[in-house]
Amino acid sequence: MLSNTEKELIVQIWDKMIPVAEDIGSEALLRMFTTFPKTKTYFSHLDISPRSEHLRCHGKKIVQALAEGARNISTLTTTLAPLSRFHAYQLRIHPTNFKLLNHCILVTLACYMGENFTPVAHAAIDKYLSAFSAVLAEKFR
Amino acid sequence: MVQWKAEERAAIQAVFAKLDYESVGRETLTRLLVVYPWTRRYFGGFGNLFNSEAIMANPKVAAHGVVVLKGLEMALKNMDDIKNTYASLSELHSEKLQVDPGNFQLLGDCLTVVIATRMRSEFTPDIQAAWQKFLAVVVSALRKQYN
Repeated sequence: MLSNTEKELIVQIWDKMIPVAEDIGSEALLRMFTTFPKTKTYFSHLDISPRSEHLRCHGKKIVQALAEGARNISTLTTTLAPLSRFHAYQLRIHPTNFKLLNHCILVTLACYMGENFTPVAHAAIDKYLSAFSAVLAEKFR
Repeated sequence: MVQWKAEERAAIQAVFAKLDYESVGRETLTRLLVVYPWTRRYFGGFGNLFNSEAIMANPKVAAHGVVVLKGLEMALKNMDDIKNTYASLSELHSEKLQVDPGNFQLLGDCLTVVIATRMRSEFTPDIQAAWQKFLAVVVSALRKQYN
């Protein structure tokens, strides 16, 4: 459940991330691959070494999807429908992995924003990422 | 037994060396209670925990934050035998405090986020990985006596 204040905060934060989408996205992925090496098993088709073009490109896509979802929070299911189908029928990611990436996104935001990543911002983004992942995993079964 | 590489020990020591227990402890516990509100059930004697402002200003939260970090310091000083070092703490949390062990992970995650806000680009992916490996061993040790 997101309050209106939280929804505004979420949009503000993700809007700030759009210009640095490649940096933020690739860093979150790299943190996930380093801390949770099993997540690399889903990326054997890409070059996910630090600063690789694939990593930056993929990171950018993730941040852009999160930013778009943030602007359409009340219609997440509709907005994310294609991505949701993709994750369910093609990627078939073990659902526990969403939490791992979400955590690494939080850490990346914390490093980037420093003390501006307040407890209230942390709570709002964590709730948003949980809701986002739930929609992505919705069609799994 | 957990194997630690030299770089991992160094990374974990480096993170600890930068920790201001009062400030980091207070903020970590604050975030736990704000981001995961169900954890407030364990702190009934702490007074006003009704909203984030109250939690952030609560002196008992601040004091307890220090207690938690001093507990972690015990693990740092006994990295090669965290399981046995934590035997009585594990029993305390399971028998007396009756904490759902799922919450240990959440506290660890909040601490990691606080460290990230302080260390920023110095909290590299490699340092994060070593730090989280340490926290995973700590959480596992705390869960040991639950049965």
